[in-house]
Amino acid sequence: MLEWLWIVPALPLAGFAALALLGPLLPRRVAAALGTGAAGGAMIVAVAAAWQFIAQTPAAGAFTQPLWQWMRVGGLDVAISLRLDELSLVMMLVVTVVGFLIVVYSIGYMSGDEGYSRFFAYMNLFVALMLLLVLADNLVAVYLGWEGVGLCSYLLIGFWYRDKANGRAARKAFIVTRLGDIGLIVGLLLIFDKLGTLNIQQVLAQAAAQWPAGSTLAVAVAALLLAGAVGKSAQLPLQVWLPDAMAGPTPVSALIHAATMVTAGVYLIARMHVLFKLAPPVMLLVAMIGAATLLIAGVSAATQRDIKRVIAYSTISQIGYMFLALGIGAWAAGVFHIVTHAFFKSLLFLGAGVIIHALSGEQDLFQMGGLRRALPLTFWMFLIAAAALAGLPPTGGFASKEAIVYFSYGSPQSHWALFAAALAGVFLTGLYTFRMVFLAFLGPPHRVHLHKSPPSMLWPLVALAAGVLGTAVLEWPHDLGGRAFFFDFLERALPPATSLPVGQWTVPLIQAAGVAASLAGIAAAWFITRPARQAAGARAEALRRFWQAGWGFDWLYNKAIIAPLLWLVRLDRHDVVDRLYIALEHAAAAGHRGMARLQTGQIAWYALAIAAGTVAVLTIMTVLA
Amino acid sequence: MTAVVPMEHALLLGAALLAVGLIGVLVRRNLLFMLLSIEIMLNAAGVALVAAGAGWRQVDGEIMFIFILAVAASEVAVGLALLLQFRRRLGTLDSGAAATMKG
Repeated sequence: MLEWLWIVPALPLAGFAALALLGPLLPRRVAAALGTGAAGGAMIVAVAAAWQFIAQTPAAGAFTQPLWQWMRVGGLDVAISLRLDELSLVMMLVVTVVGFLIVVYSIGYMSGDEGYSRFFAYMNLFVALMLLLVLADNLVAVYLGWEGVGLCSYLLIGFWYRDKANGRAARKAFIVTRLGDIGLIVGLLLIFDKLGTLNIQQVLAQAAAQWPAGSTLAVAVAALLLAGAVGKSAQLPLQVWLPDAMAGPTPVSALIHAATMVTAGVYLIARMHVLFKLAPPVMLLVAMIGAATLLIAGVSAATQRDIKRVIAYSTISQIGYMFLALGIGAWAAGVFHIVTHAFFKSLLFLGAGVIIHALSGEQDLFQMGGLRRALPLTFWMFLIAAAALAGLPPTGGFASKEAIVYFSYGSPQSHWALFAAALAGVFLTGLYTFRMVFLAFLGPPHRVHLHKSPPSMLWPLVALAAGVLGTAVLEWPHDLGGRAFFFDFLERALPPATSLPVGQWTVPLIQAAGVAASLAGIAAAWFITRPARQAAGARAEALRRFWQAGWGFDWLYNKAIIAPLLWLVRLDRHDVVDRLYIALEHAAAAGHRGMARLQTGQIAWYALAIAAGTVAVLTIMTVLA
Repeated sequence: MTAVVPMEHALLLGAALLAVGLIGVLVRRNLLFMLLSIEIMLNAAGVALVAAGAGWRQVDGEIMFIFILAVAASEVAVGLALLLQFRRRLGTLDSGAAATMKG
């Protein structure tokens, strides 16, 4: 089965090609069947390959499948080949399983849309490129997937392109992530220049052999790769694009802007962890970015009115947790949080999608309320996801978040401030998550008439909820009678996190503190969502607005970067550089007019010119002779 | 006793004829007279060649003059034909009438 690995990305790619070429001709049912069939087939092959890999791990520890030689220019040797190891296997499963469920959900969610086949084409292209990104064993191929998923993100955010605001959001996402990608490509060029290869395994081996820890080169390369990861994963200071990316359809938000693409930055850092370990200052920076982002985005999430923006800020915050884990060397904990987050966050988005669908497009939390009775199944599924997001047992979210909080305490690379940030983040997570739950599902109902969702939108919720609970089995704290299947499995691909010796009661105490912080957040959410308190919040209106606008980062970037740029553009409206060429053109035209005057049509003048010229030439020749 | 004409005199005569011809080409507007002036200039070159041939006792000068006669004859044939066409088309022999290529 491992030899069939190439089929995993090839199937969605074929699905994209078919839908892109024949899309408008196909009946809607056929388009949906083609889109889901390709994603489902990829999932089945991926699961089978993973099964085979786990049952019979290749002796080398990884299975490599060369597909073809992309280019061989000078010293640059780029092969497209797939490499399945523990890390890429986990990512492949997340992408295909969550991707398939979300594509199934889209059948119902997008059913009334005119761009039906276009949507499935883009989704398939995204899945194919995301799989290339996680499976490729060459940094150039990774970069191809990286930019490819960015393109799909752009296309899908601007999916409803008739609305100008959506196009603007799509451009913003594309341009802001591109800022980080500049760092990434420069980093790749630097690696190639210094090490002469872009094959990931060779790069890691040679970097470890040639660059001492803390050397300038290692730090520079790691920092440049971090820039790319920060842009893609919407971390400080490039987080501004993700909330606006919610302009896309909700399944897109679930798949691209929660479960998979935005975690590509985390994957990149985990993939290149050898390089990052050589650069301790960058590791510290990763942890600090993660801690700062998770707090800032958490506060912003607690003040949003739009349900999708709450979840978007929550995604930024949760990826902050992953960065924090990576920065303190808890690689596997960060990757585990990718997995649990993929399930509970896409479940939250799909649940929000059901609500939005039921309320015919309403996204304002304060216009919802009382949906518990109207949408009971969605309520319970949403509640499971919310509990996971808030880090409550017995969900996978509890296990992954507790691991990160624990290592932020126990890791020798950590600092008490990082631990404090992680705990404060748990409180904030409980607060904004349950504020959303209380506002949407409790209280008096605002609407009576609701759209019913088709079964194809509801059973992906159940499947994802099963995933949310099931991921807890993979990795459950020892002191609560669990087994570390996941961390043990990843051990060969990612070195296990180190921990300082801690007392017997430390682990349970930290777990208790985490749950307590989360429950305190939920209590606070209960408190602020009571109708009486909602009105009293008006006193802190300015602060609330500031947080709702994401700490004014958009305002700052508008004033500090965009406005000066536009000013320069206005200044240069007539193009200063062009002036030189326009002057040349004018000189040529003037010369032409002068010369044209010589052509009189009077033959005597021509004769005179010839005679004068002859006399002049003869004179010169005589004088010179 | 034959009087020998010094070469300088003959060359001066040629130069004078050339100047007369050139001035004729430049100042006359009638194409027929311009053609005549060009003939004068050709003959000025002929005088110079014959004088040089006689002065240096080389027959090349006289041979060259015979070439010039042939060229002049054919030039007049073409020139007069053009003149006839000019007259027929524009109704005049004024060279200024053909100034349609003025830039």
